[in-house]
Amino acid sequence: MDFILDYYNYWACILIMLIGLYGVMAKSNLVKKILALGIFQTGILVFYISIGKVEGGTGPVRAAGENVVYSNPLPHALMLTAIVVGVATMAVGLAIVINIRQTYGTADELDIEAIEHERGD
Amino acid sequence: MITPAETVTLALGVPLLGFVLVAMSGRIPNLRETFTLLTAVATFALVASLYPAVMRGEEVRVALFEVMPGVPLAFRVEPLGMVYALVATLLWIPNSVYSIGYMRGNNEKHQTRFYSCFPLAIASAVGIAFADNVFTMFVFYETLTLSTFPLVTHKGSTDAVRSGRVYLGILLTTSVAFQLFAVMWIAVLAQQGAASGIEFTEGGVFAAALASDAVSADIVGLLFFLYIYGIGKAALMPVHRWLPAAMVAPTPVSAFLHAVAVVKAGVFCVVKVTVYVFGLGTLNRYGLGEWLLYVSGFTIVAASLIAAFQDNLKKRLAYSTISQLSYVVMAAALFTPLGVLAATFHIVAHAFGKITLFFAAGSVYTAAHKTQVSQLNGIGRRMPATMAAFTVGALSMIGVPPLVGFVSKWWLINSIMERGTLTGVDFSEVFVLLVIAASTLLNASYFLPIVYRAFFKPLSDEDMKHPHGEAPMAIVYALSFTAALTVLFFFWHRPALDLAELVRRAAL
Amino acid sequence: MLEHLRTQLPALIVVTPLTMGLIVALIGRRQIGWYIAMATTAGVFAMTLQLLMDVLNHGERSLTYLMGNWPVPYGIAYKADPLSASVMLIVAAMAAVITFYARRSVASEVPVGKLHYFWGLWLFCITGLLGITITGDAFNLYVLLEISSLSTYTLVALGKERNRRALTSAINYLLLGTMGACFYLVGVAYLYMATGSLNIPDIAERLQPIYASWGTDAPLYQKTVIAGFAMMAVGLSLKLALFPLHGWLPNAYTYAPSAVSALLASTATKVGAYAFMRVIFTLVGVGFAFGRLHTDIALMACSGAAIIVGSWMAIRQVNVKKLLAYSSIAQIGYIALGFALANRDGMTASVIHLINHALTKGGMFLALGMVMYRLGGTRLSDLRGLGRKMPLTMAAFTAGGLGLIGVPLTSGFVSKWYLVSGCLEGGRYEMAAVVLVGSLLALIYVWRVVETIYFGKRDEEVQVREAPWTMLVPTLLLIGASLYFGINASHTAYIAQAAADYLLGAAR
Repeated sequence: MDFILDYYNYWACILIMLIGLYGVMAKSNLVKKILALGIFQTGILVFYISIGKVEGGTGPVRAAGENVVYSNPLPHALMLTAIVVGVATMAVGLAIVINIRQTYGTADELDIEAIEHERGD
Repeated sequence: MITPAETVTLALGVPLLGFVLVAMSGRIPNLRETFTLLTAVATFALVASLYPAVMRGEEVRVALFEVMPGVPLAFRVEPLGMVYALVATLLWIPNSVYSIGYMRGNNEKHQTRFYSCFPLAIASAVGIAFADNVFTMFVFYETLTLSTFPLVTHKGSTDAVRSGRVYLGILLTTSVAFQLFAVMWIAVLAQQGAASGIEFTEGGVFAAALASDAVSADIVGLLFFLYIYGIGKAALMPVHRWLPAAMVAPTPVSAFLHAVAVVKAGVFCVVKVTVYVFGLGTLNRYGLGEWLLYVSGFTIVAASLIAAFQDNLKKRLAYSTISQLSYVVMAAALFTPLGVLAATFHIVAHAFGKITLFFAAGSVYTAAHKTQVSQLNGIGRRMPATMAAFTVGALSMIGVPPLVGFVSKWWLINSIMERGTLTGVDFSEVFVLLVIAASTLLNASYFLPIVYRAFFKPLSDEDMKHPHGEAPMAIVYALSFTAALTVLFFFWHRPALDLAELVRRAAL
Repeated sequence: MLEHLRTQLPALIVVTPLTMGLIVALIGRRQIGWYIAMATTAGVFAMTLQLLMDVLNHGERSLTYLMGNWPVPYGIAYKADPLSASVMLIVAAMAAVITFYARRSVASEVPVGKLHYFWGLWLFCITGLLGITITGDAFNLYVLLEISSLSTYTLVALGKERNRRALTSAINYLLLGTMGACFYLVGVAYLYMATGSLNIPDIAERLQPIYASWGTDAPLYQKTVIAGFAMMAVGLSLKLALFPLHGWLPNAYTYAPSAVSALLASTATKVGAYAFMRVIFTLVGVGFAFGRLHTDIALMACSGAAIIVGSWMAIRQVNVKKLLAYSSIAQIGYIALGFALANRDGMTASVIHLINHALTKGGMFLALGMVMYRLGGTRLSDLRGLGRKMPLTMAAFTAGGLGLIGVPLTSGFVSKWYLVSGCLEGGRYEMAAVVLVGSLLALIYVWRVVETIYFGKRDEEVQVREAPWTMLVPTLLLIGASLYFGINASHTAYIAQAAADYLLGAAR
């Protein structure tokens, strides 16, 4: 039980990641897949932020007073970059999905496969 | 004056130059054929000019360049390689003459491709003959396979493509899976000090390492197996199927490449690695290659039996070749110095006889368009020169004096005696003698009926409606020349025997 | 001035294509795109060449460049050593040659209005690949990985004008590629937890006391480091398309525009392999990855399966582009096998195969691009009898194919020589057998195509001409280089051995 409670932040992150992973694997709608990918990335964001937390530390913004303990700001900086990457990925992904929808008339993987199978290739 | 070392480089370079010239002169057939003949004569002259140096026991070494660090493309002239190189380059000359008659007589297509592949094959053959290390030998072994592939598939028909697949499939599979593996293994062993190097060495590369237990005899035995079956060109059963398949090629290809250059490359490599990589002493002491004697003996008899049932003349000759190749392997597998001499000599003896037989088969095809043995009734009367030459070749195969085939059988039987005195008579000597007896009988049984048919049976009515004479003169000249060699060599075979004697001494 | 620029080389190599890519995309005048891309890639090639020379001449054989002069471990450091510099040279050289080729090919396959975006993305992709190679920062590597990947997804999707399946291939690649990158990112987080650093050499240093603590009562971060490495390994295997994580590769290569396929096949997976090597040898250390976790066994199993399954799938393809894609999966197996052996010959094989395969496969994809340009398809039936119509293109393809088989005197042979030597040296006889079986399977799939090219019957109605010289020259250049490095491997072997020694030296 302690094992779960002591590391509750990691459990939460991993849960989010797994939800995302499940979505990418199990959903056949491409838009849902892309969204699930976004959830997976969010899990990683939270994970990074939580490893930067220092016990009793405050936000890494210069605060008044002596001997203030700050949380580690580096993961935050990293995640700013990761967010940008995530947004770009989602933009590219959705753009491709739009193209697929225009070409095939559907954004569902199974339907596309059926269409291609009919055409025989 | 050029040094012997430069001669070796030239002997490799001249055919390559010939390739370029032939390929570029495709528009003017006469010029193209002139280049072919000139290249053939020049190559032979270059190789032959090395003969005195070899007899003097001079060391002729050339290292061209290192392909990879520590793995050079290097050449060394030694007596065994000299024998093979001489045979291959000498017989290329009559074959070129013959090709001209055959290709023009049959109006074959793509003649430029045909003529330009030959010099490449010859360059590969010279490379194999003079290779100084196992790597160089492997490289040229492969280029020989690849350069002869377009010749095998020359007709471009479905049948030719399928046969080409068998040809390339078997030769490349065995060489990559077994020979290359063995070559690399030896290289690694050499790095680890468990072999003296990748260079061919008198007495073998493993002698010292085996004595000091740096390498186990089992590994050496396995390497020997890998090597023997890695040399698919020796057509040891069960990897012989490519040779009958290759008969789909035009006859000059079958005659020269698949009776001389390619198959002799195979048995030459077998003898070479037996003597210079493994060493007779090593093989004898650890009893590593006994199986080879039985496999080759089996191949001799089995291939002769199959040959007896082939109606297609070229197929029958092909199976006869398989059988004769195993003579060389069996002689080497006696693992006695005299056996090596017999093997070396048989490389020469068989080449002269078999190329004559193939020339005759192609001559019949060109003049009469016949390919089957059963069609040959009475043809000796229309083509006396061709069939006389065929008879000479056939008798030489059987081993009748005064033809060269007899001489090699003589040495072979002598070497069995030597083995008997060296290691004591056991089943193996009896086995070899039985094989020789059986195969001689079989040879007679499948060659003599052809001769009988050609000269003594009457022409069929169908044949009477299609009169024809001898083949074009170029063909007749070529086959008369090789038939004459077959006879001449019985009386005057000093150079070959001297070289073989040097090989014997190296094997001691 | 020049001297000053020279010290900035590591940064310039990455920043130049990045800036130029942005400019190309923003200018929007479509004709100018290719010229800028060409000039940029040529310039980058010159810079990487200079960098490699600087590195090899440098005493410690490595150069460190601090971004913005922030000291390690606070800032991002770029590190050039023999391995990274030679991989960068390959990437830059391939990029320059393919860019030269791509002008007409891309113009015929991508809509005119999108050309400037294409060239912008093209440069971004190259930026990412070069960046991954030179960066010494684990997180920066992730960002650059995504820069190259995101642009690649879009480039693949641009193949939709020819075949709409490019779109589904691209989305599939995007999903799997992003998953891979995410896994890598999680791995970085774990290692950051354990060490508090992102600089690769710095992490490696800080891991040492952690490893040392594991035998004691208070093991530090044991699970964290293992989980981190496992995550990174999975993520990079996805990027590298190591079997069984190769699902995205065949379709992405097949349906992308020809030039993109060539660029991906010759650079992207190579960079993935490089990153994997870096993680194993420089970041976590071979003693941990192989010695403690025995990842080498898993890697060997995966690469062995990749060689066999990839080659087997290649045999069954009717689209030649897809055939090459599956062949790439097998070739990645060879590369992974090389570094999994973790001995000198194995590492050399890995690095030398990075170079050789980039040249060979790049050249073959370019040859197929010309078929696409002239015939609009790359199915086996399109290639029927093309040997007469496009002799140079098909000769290039065939020569490349021989390289894939590993015929002697092609660069593929050199790779296999080192690889098998490495296997034998490490006592991995079964892996040596797998490599040779892979060569035989390659023989089958290459020969199916070669037979179709030269023996297939072509519908003579359709007029086909040889490809334009602007496409032929780069193709022949790549194939020629791949042949040259097979005949004289001393340069590539020198570089590869320097890289192998550096990695192994750093690991011990």
